[in-house]
Amino acid sequence: MSKRVVITGMGVISPVGTGLDNFWNALTAGVSGIARITRFDPSEYSTQIAGEVKDFDYSKYIDKKEGRRMDKFSQYAVVAAAMAIEDAGMDLQSLDKDRTGVIVGSGIGGMETFEEQCRVLVNRGPSRISPFLIPMMIANMAAGQIAIKFGLRGPNITAITACASSGNAIGDAFKLIQRGGAEVVITGGTEAPITPLSVAGFCAMKAMSTRNEEPVRASRPFDADRDGFVMGEGAAMMVLETLEHAQKRGANIYAEIVGYGSSCDAYHITAPDPEGSGAAAAMKMALADGDLKPEDVQYINAHGTSTPVGDVAEVVAIKKVFGDHAYKLTVSSTKSMTGHMLGAAGAVEGIATVLAIRDDLVPPTINLENPDPACDLDFVPNQARKMTVHVALSNSFGFGGHNVTLAFKKFRP
Amino acid sequence: MATFDRIKAIIVDQLGVDEADVTMDASFVDDLGADSLDIVELVMALEEEFGLEIPDEEAEKIRTVGDAVNFIQDRL
Repeated sequence: MSKRVVITGMGVISPVGTGLDNFWNALTAGVSGIARITRFDPSEYSTQIAGEVKDFDYSKYIDKKEGRRMDKFSQYAVVAAAMAIEDAGMDLQSLDKDRTGVIVGSGIGGMETFEEQCRVLVNRGPSRISPFLIPMMIANMAAGQIAIKFGLRGPNITAITACASSGNAIGDAFKLIQRGGAEVVITGGTEAPITPLSVAGFCAMKAMSTRNEEPVRASRPFDADRDGFVMGEGAAMMVLETLEHAQKRGANIYAEIVGYGSSCDAYHITAPDPEGSGAAAAMKMALADGDLKPEDVQYINAHGTSTPVGDVAEVVAIKKVFGDHAYKLTVSSTKSMTGHMLGAAGAVEGIATVLAIRDDLVPPTINLENPDPACDLDFVPNQARKMTVHVALSNSFGFGGHNVTLAFKKFRP
Repeated sequence: MATFDRIKAIIVDQLGVDEADVTMDASFVDDLGADSLDIVELVMALEEEFGLEIPDEEAEKIRTVGDAVNFIQDRL
């Protein structure tokens, strides 16, 4: 008998704010978190803008020595997990830690540490390399650090599927709990990619917006004048648990997770299949998994990165799955505000989707001034919309052709 | 600055301990909470601070703050 799985806690560190309330207030007010890069001097870069986390201070949750041994992507992950556990009102004393797992997604891992140590290697030689290079850099360490921090001894896994990573993490966590492999899982994603090398890498691909003079208008999914994605960073974590476990401890339930779809385009290393076949397969799979009909869905939080090709392919996929209903449901891309948080995107958007269900309030797609004729759905332009949301999907796609769809539902006992 | 104070400053910074705990007979592992990776990093920092090389077989003998201070003083 498969278990019902509910979301009882959430924590966010994002370019539009840290903490659930700051994050949600900014998203529903249509506030952009994009600005000129301050982490390093971007003058020589074709893209000079990003969504940086501005107000991050880990000292409430991590001591100085622990913090020094973590790359920024792990610091974000541990703090977001601590916030989610607090938000869930989880009593760590009575929690069965052998039955509590951690599944985290990260696309890249400890890029900042990697780059710093490459400079040491080139300038000063191999004998000066830090013994912490490897444990700080490896992408699975965020999940490891969360487990160490809270003593969680259940399954501990990292999903690495580029920009779909945390969608896969949450989906895998859902399935793990559903089949009885854990009672509780801390799950989500983290990324800290705003470094000289990784920004240069994405610039070289010509994947990012070069609207450097107008940072807050640069991420404009589905708009005719979009010219690429804008990099973001941060972490987002959820507490998932069995319905029985949540009810036994009297937890607040935000929503139920009911469906997971996961597929691959098997088409190209970075370009999406223009027919949207893989994305459509993921959405269909999530609907079937959740025993849902297309007509049950009111809202889709799109992957919608603001790239010329990607946005159209996603619209094609949505129409393939939903037919006429595609024009009746709402679709928005919160990346218009947060930028693209890469491996953390699926989780931060999963949280936005759950909050849309909680509040019956759909966050907008900002900067949608002149819609691309090929993107003709209701993208909730520029203003949040009050509407009943019983069922919502969250899409995440990644380089490599990875596609994930998560289905969330208003909780009914 | 005296050798001890220079070493103490590095230990406080790298191990995140209180200055008062860094005494001559404090053990890196038992009293200051260092693990094997911390010790590698600490030895590298001492090498840089004092411009000398500490071979692995010598580094292995450094168990307490006093061992480090004496080792370095002998070579300055």
